[in-house]
Amino acid sequence: MAGWIRGCAMTDAVLPRSPGGRAWARLRRNPTAVAAMIVLGVIAGLCIVGPWVIPHSYDAVSWENILTAPDWSSGHWFGTDPNGRDLLARTLVGGRISLMVGLVASLVSLVIGVSWGAVAGYTGGRVDGVMMRIVDILYALPFMFFVILLMVYFGRNIVLIFVAIGAVEWLTMARIVRGQTLSLKRREFIEAARAIGVPGLTIVRRHIVPNVAGPVIVFLTLTIPEVMLIESFISFLGLGVQEPMTSWGVLISEGAQNIEEAPWLLAFPGTCLALTLLCLNLLGDALRDALDPRDGR
Amino acid sequence: MFRYAVARLLGAIPTLFALVTIAFFLVRLAPGGPFDDERQLPPEIEANLQRAYNLDAPLTSQYLRYLGDLARGDLGPSFKYKDYSVAELIATGLPATLRIGLSALVVAVLAGVFCGAVAALRRNGWVDRVVMTLAMTGIAIPNFVVAPALTLLLGVYLRLLPVGGWGDGAFRFLILPVVALALPKIAYVARLTRGSLAEVLGSPYIRTARAKGLRGTTILVRHAARAALLPVVSYLGPTAAALLTGSVVIEQIFGIPGLGRYFVQGALNRDYTLVLGIVLFYGTLIILLNLLADLAYGWLDPRVRYD
Repeated sequence: MAGWIRGCAMTDAVLPRSPGGRAWARLRRNPTAVAAMIVLGVIAGLCIVGPWVIPHSYDAVSWENILTAPDWSSGHWFGTDPNGRDLLARTLVGGRISLMVGLVASLVSLVIGVSWGAVAGYTGGRVDGVMMRIVDILYALPFMFFVILLMVYFGRNIVLIFVAIGAVEWLTMARIVRGQTLSLKRREFIEAARAIGVPGLTIVRRHIVPNVAGPVIVFLTLTIPEVMLIESFISFLGLGVQEPMTSWGVLISEGAQNIEEAPWLLAFPGTCLALTLLCLNLLGDALRDALDPRDGR
Repeated sequence: MFRYAVARLLGAIPTLFALVTIAFFLVRLAPGGPFDDERQLPPEIEANLQRAYNLDAPLTSQYLRYLGDLARGDLGPSFKYKDYSVAELIATGLPATLRIGLSALVVAVLAGVFCGAVAALRRNGWVDRVVMTLAMTGIAIPNFVVAPALTLLLGVYLRLLPVGGWGDGAFRFLILPVVALALPKIAYVARLTRGSLAEVLGSPYIRTARAKGLRGTTILVRHAARAALLPVVSYLGPTAAALLTGSVVIEQIFGIPGLGRYFVQGALNRDYTLVLGIVLFYGTLIILLNLLADLAYGWLDPRVRYD
């Protein structure tokens, strides 16, 4: 309702009819959100394209250039690391890995969380009770330790990072989706679908899941930075991605070890990670505001 | 409330059981073992070692035996730290971890509530903008970036504080790790406080208090604070847990002899009992902290009913 009222006050644009379109329109009018999206786009674009364009390779060791400071003329714009490798190239390649881990692990958590929550909420009764009890139990476990254990024992495998983090992060998603599903279940269109004999799984897939998209997207945006943080935490402890491949967490860890001689080793990857996390958080907040028209803040 | 607490404690039993089971099989099914050293042991000696630690029995019987020991409060001997039991090692590492963890918690809550309250009272003013921008940045910068940066600035360049070590927990050695650990949480608590206090200050009963002619500070302390701090209290349990986990990295960076270091070392060395013991200990602590936070919440908010 409030969205409609606010829409009337607007003179510059016609408000789109669909809820998704309205949220998108609100989001585009939020300068913070737009700035965050642009910065994220630039970072992602640089990380994807950059490694092919810049003259240095991320794993080319050069004994002449050990720990050189950032320098415009030599082409080592971010300086070099203790093995003489170009930090700019390593930061970009590391960014690829960090962003990919963030995205893929969040998608893993999305798939598990949404299916779990929707099935529990839609089925209800004892199944719901058991499924949510499992979530409660898992919730109380110190999961960071399990992730560390997994990484130590089964090697530093990037697929395992996705799975391990995804498997940790789906719990809140399941709770959110279940709550939404419980309220959706009583609505007329679901009842109508059931009345004409649509099977339960199809109802969940075709009607429930698309309707929980709003909160799920918001939570997904906030899960990505969380996941990236976990990945860099693990990599920082030396348990994540393996050399010569790298990620922002690995680079930050190297930077922390050489902080006295070469502060740029921490500064550049640290800034990239912090900036990305900041933008994702800002975007998540803005999305929540955009999707929740009641909240006037 | 007492019945609620007891019910919650009983409810923690399946959680703890799941914790033991998952942790045990995760640790044991992994490749490698505590006695794989660079130096190859003769097979007879290795067999003897395995027997001494009961590692040659089938996994399920080892599991049942571990559960039995656990029920008697025995976490077993450490595999790597000879002549030490896991309980002794935990007792050695715990003081340092608790010290920085609790200090960080106190700092986070005090500083966070203060900043958040100032921001809420000067809502949409420049103080508010500055505090909230800082808070957002604080959340975004991981503590393992903050910690080395602070060390460089305050320890290396300005030479104000020691760059690492523990110094038997002297105050000077505590500052950097505690600040690094607390910063992101300060930011989070500030955001929570600002949001809830701003909402409370706009509510009718505050308007009534103001209409009665009460002074601003009285309204804030007596009427608004209690309601506004509820979200902070409910966030305390998870925060405490996060601080404990986060201290693994902080301990590593500053070389603090705490539990986190034992954990990482234990995991790398396949010190089964030590790793299991620490995971269990943390798990129990987190469950208890969450319970405490919930009880505090109920004590502050009379609308909460235990049934």
